Amino acid sequence: MLAVGLSHYLVLSALLFSLGVVCMATKRNAIGILIGVELVLNSANVNLIAFSKFQTGLVDGQVFAVFVILLAAAEAALAIAIFMNFYNNLQTVDVDRGDVLRG
Amino acid sequence: MDSVAAEQGRSLKDHMDDLAFYIFAAISVASAFGVVVSQNIVRTALFLLGTLGGVAGLYFLLDANLIAVIQLIVYAGGTLILIVFGIMLTSKSPWAEFKPPKSQIVLAAFVGLLMFIGITSLTLSGEVNWAARATKTPLATSPKVAEAGEALLTTYLVPFEVDLTAIGAAYLAKTEK
Repeated sequence: MLAVGLSHYLVLSALLFSLGVVCMATKRNAIGILIGVELVLNSANVNLIAFSKFQTGLVDGQVFAVFVILLAAAEAALAIAIFMNFYNNLQTVDVDRGDVLRG
Repeated sequence: MDSVAAEQGRSLKDHMDDLAFYIFAAISVASAFGVVVSQNIVRTALFLLGTLGGVAGLYFLLDANLIAVIQLIVYAGGTLILIVFGIMLTSKSPWAEFKPPKSQIVLAAFVGLLMFIGITSLTLSGEVNWAARATKTPLATSPKVAEAGEALLTTYLVPFEVDLTAIGAAYLAKTEK
């Protein structure tokens, strides 16, 4: 078995990122798009931690990952609040129907 | 890469770590595929839990114990619950499905594949020599949880506080109607 190094984590992260982008592009449910965003943020975090372990050996990458996780939590709360208003106005969370410009 | 010389100095623990990497990577990637393929939004959220758990395992392997625990508590415990509640509050039936047109699926899969090939070919081509850019040897002692916590509350105190403010802003936006 090949020794696991930085490139393994980079390929895994690229795979998670691409899957997140595909998820964002294909889902019509607004919450499905939010889940795609979470996948992309996770792939970024894998990159940060892998570089912190294999390249610098310092904790800075881990600290940035904490910021990403906290921002993702705040962003999810905001997005859910927006989707609730969306649902209250249109009785659906289908993003293809969110094409009215008045509330 | 001198694989023969690298193979000599590797202990059983290193091989177990490699095996654990492949297991956690398989869990997270398979769950991510499930997230993309599943048409049911409740199952999508459940598959996201698998990805988050697998990635948390990878953090443990990367000696980032603090991040792994935060990932499990904040992401799997908090954000995912928020998403599940959002699903329950925004669908008349939990089995409601919105199918995208087939042309969009094909286009998105093509773009995603192109993106993956582009990123991996760039990282693996040797265009960027990662080993030469490393500022440490990979076998140095791993950072401890206390070090990460200390950096968070000394060097990075201001960004940390700003980040917490963002959560407060999200809370205000949610309660204000």
